[in-house]
Amino acid sequence: MSRRPYLREVSRTAWFFKRPRYLRYMAREVTCIFIGIYTVILLVGVYRLSQGRAEYEAFLMALQRPASVVFHVAALAFALYNSFTWFNVAPKALPIQVGEEFLPDSVVAGGHYVVWVALSLFILFWAGVL
Amino acid sequence: METIQTDVAIIGAGGAGLRAAIALAQADPKLRIALISKVYPMRSHTCAAEGGAAGVIKADDSMKQHFDDTVGGGDWLSDQDAVEYFIHEAPKELTQLEHWGCPWNREADGSVAVRPFGGMKIQRTWFAADKSGFHILHTLFQTSLQFDNIQRYDEFFATDLLVDDGRCQGLTAIEMRSGQMRCFLAGAVIIAGGGAGRMFPFNTNGAIKTGDGMALAYRAGVPLKDMEFVQYHPTGLPNTGTLLTEACRGEGGVLLNKDGYRFLQDYGMGPETPLGKPVLKTMELGPRDRVSQSIWHEIRKGRAVKTPWGDCVWLDMRHLGEKKINERLPFVRDISISYLGVDPVTDMVPIRPVVHYMMGGIHTDINAATPLPGLFAAGECACVSINGANRLGSNSLVEILVFGHRAGLSALEHARGVGRSSEAALSAQAEAAQGRVRALFMRNAGKESIAGLRKEMTDTMEEGAGIYRTQEGLAKTCDKLSELRRRYADVALHDKTNVYNTDLLSALELGSMLDCAEAVAVSGRERRESRGAHQRLDFTARDDANYLRHSLAHYRGSEPPNIDYRDVVITTSPPGVRDYSGAKK
Amino acid sequence: MSENRMAIRQVELEVLRYNPETDDEPKFQRYSVPCKNEWCILDALNYLKDNLDPTLSYRWSCHMQVCGSCGMMINGEPKLACKAMVRDYAGVIRIEPLSHFPIERDLVAVADDFMAKLKRVKPYLIPGEKRSLADGEYQQTPEQLARYRKYAMCINCMLCYAACPEYGLTPKFIGPGAISLAHRYNQDSRDGGRDLRQEEIATNEGVWECTFVGACSEVCPKHVDPASALQQVKVASTVDWYLEHFMSWVKK
Repeated sequence: MSRRPYLREVSRTAWFFKRPRYLRYMAREVTCIFIGIYTVILLVGVYRLSQGRAEYEAFLMALQRPASVVFHVAALAFALYNSFTWFNVAPKALPIQVGEEFLPDSVVAGGHYVVWVALSLFILFWAGVL
Repeated sequence: METIQTDVAIIGAGGAGLRAAIALAQADPKLRIALISKVYPMRSHTCAAEGGAAGVIKADDSMKQHFDDTVGGGDWLSDQDAVEYFIHEAPKELTQLEHWGCPWNREADGSVAVRPFGGMKIQRTWFAADKSGFHILHTLFQTSLQFDNIQRYDEFFATDLLVDDGRCQGLTAIEMRSGQMRCFLAGAVIIAGGGAGRMFPFNTNGAIKTGDGMALAYRAGVPLKDMEFVQYHPTGLPNTGTLLTEACRGEGGVLLNKDGYRFLQDYGMGPETPLGKPVLKTMELGPRDRVSQSIWHEIRKGRAVKTPWGDCVWLDMRHLGEKKINERLPFVRDISISYLGVDPVTDMVPIRPVVHYMMGGIHTDINAATPLPGLFAAGECACVSINGANRLGSNSLVEILVFGHRAGLSALEHARGVGRSSEAALSAQAEAAQGRVRALFMRNAGKESIAGLRKEMTDTMEEGAGIYRTQEGLAKTCDKLSELRRRYADVALHDKTNVYNTDLLSALELGSMLDCAEAVAVSGRERRESRGAHQRLDFTARDDANYLRHSLAHYRGSEPPNIDYRDVVITTSPPGVRDYSGAKK
Repeated sequence: MSENRMAIRQVELEVLRYNPETDDEPKFQRYSVPCKNEWCILDALNYLKDNLDPTLSYRWSCHMQVCGSCGMMINGEPKLACKAMVRDYAGVIRIEPLSHFPIERDLVAVADDFMAKLKRVKPYLIPGEKRSLADGEYQQTPEQLARYRKYAMCINCMLCYAACPEYGLTPKFIGPGAISLAHRYNQDSRDGGRDLRQEEIATNEGVWECTFVGACSEVCPKHVDPASALQQVKVASTVDWYLEHFMSWVKK
């Protein structure tokens, strides 16, 4: 038998550098790490609150440190990137058929944005920021 | 050599081969079916058919009308018993495909929709947008996956039939991936290998359509019938030959000369019909032979559109509008833009007639049986004959179903009724076949190139056996083909390795094409009349007294074929006048 | 349609060659091919085979973007060679067999894995309600047809597998093409085989191996949108799970 199929190995650690679309995908996935860290910080805050006023104020002070501010700004940016990318692909998971046509992707994605903005405004209002 | 035992072997896994395989698998779950194809089934050229498939289902239609359209369209060279069988089976087969999941277009009420097609008096073409063949092929292929007794041999190139005791009992084939020869022993063999349009330089056919199935049967002593009838499709893209479906005109597209004049009215297909309101069997909905021939005349009269790819006429679909084009002809739009840079929504598309289909092929009877017991054939490689001298658009996709099915059942009946002859005799033949391929493979001194011979062949076919033919031109082409077949013996391979050797494959395909081409040219030279797609400038009239007969080309080794004739079967429709004018009835 | 479509320029092709009988591993070979501006890459390869090197092996047939034979990597992107136009490329054009598949020879990839997976997902109609030929066709409205038609457009060219990094990393992943075809039948109003197919595709080797990179849909030459099909299968299978575990009374 003269057959000898040759399989080119895929690099398990660097494959995502091969195409821009893979890099964009990795960016979307990596942003969730920042969202995860932010969630942990939020939970720590709640825990500190349960320990008493002094502990909670110390926690708030820590949040105002420059490194913390930098982290939060970055986390916000990544959270936005994550949301945008997911909203933009949402139409693929939720196509809505009306008669023979499907609603344009922009409508499905747009719906997500509208709900997002409405919820954000509601929370900001409820929290007394607005 | 590895030997594979099977009950029925099928060569070719396009529409006809798959339909035969499914018919066999359903008839007997214990049957061993070998489905052998030089390409994966879904690569078969059935996928390129666009327009649709004709079958009588609507209340205003009748079997009689489909019969009359087919027989008249074929210029009375069709065998009418075969046509009767065909039209009655057609709706059943199309409904069967529907039950297997074929995504036919639908009416608002959920019933199957039909569209108008050339040469048909009533709208009866079932369609799946402009990818009907593609959907038929994939529906059949996917359906075949549920039958475990269909054993596929993908990318196996059949080289020889094994004939012993007067019966076909198997074949040899090269497994492309290993380069090894395999011997298939079978109770019956079905050839469903497709057409041979690649023998012409300008054609709609895929690279695989090299007449291998026809050549297999021909070399085994089965005659090729009516090979001189080669269909030109009127609307091919002028550079690549890519097919623009007849549905372009069925949906209302029109043909114009350089002055914007709908010239078909000058060729007996008028009077002019209103734009956007096509009238069946009139003007642009005339049959393919007539429309292609009219374009040829119009070009000769100097009213062609000059393009970098030669003389053309316009196909104008702009008035259909973007919505209808996107819904009914999306693929046509895609490929026009892709290969020509022309968008049919905004611009007229230059087109010219292009070789599309072989009406002729392996001589079979109404049961898809060839004169060689144990050998059956169906699809474009076969000639039953329902298409006569000119096939109507949307009959071929039905033919592969009806006669693929028939071939399966006939082969089963034969395989059950016969015993095998000694394996030793068949093995010896297989060894001999292997020896021949090995000789071609090992040959070192050859000075002919495959591409060079192929080019000379396609050139001489266009020159002498093209859309209009003469005695002199055909004789020249016959001589040239004899010469090329001689020189083919001197072709040498550059690639001497085993694995997926496409140099070897090309050489074998060229051999198939040369044999089929010679059958076309010699049959054409001997038919001194004009009928359907066979048009002679020196014998311009149809001659029923002498040529209401099928030609049969018999293989004679290195000599040109011997031609004899066989009567056409006429049941109810005596030869008449083909009338495609608006004034008919 | 202008004359410049006929203009000829010399194009450098760098083609990955591999012959198992003579080579230890694949290597690139450079060819200079005179190409017409209007040519597709397949035309260039055909010129090459006919005039420069008859030993090059690749698959092709229809030259009209429907048979699915000529999928290959062109400058790193999975493409149909008959759909990729020479005029759209500048400089050296690098041509390789489809990624993620073993190379049989030159540009010919081994397709066994895809063929096996296709069969595994039962891509055929399993009728919900049996019907005889005498009963005529199933009724299916244009709306019901539109629900699955897009997924029926798959030509099995395997470009999506070559684009999918998950398939490259985890070859047991059933993959975009085959799952899309399963989804096509799941969405067909005539079909009743969804449960059987879900056993194959709503699994770890099925849709749950997909991380929604979306590359499959970007490279699909027929706009099948496999990524959409797979996400829909995920949503449906999640709903199935909830119905089964928390709302079993809802299911009939």
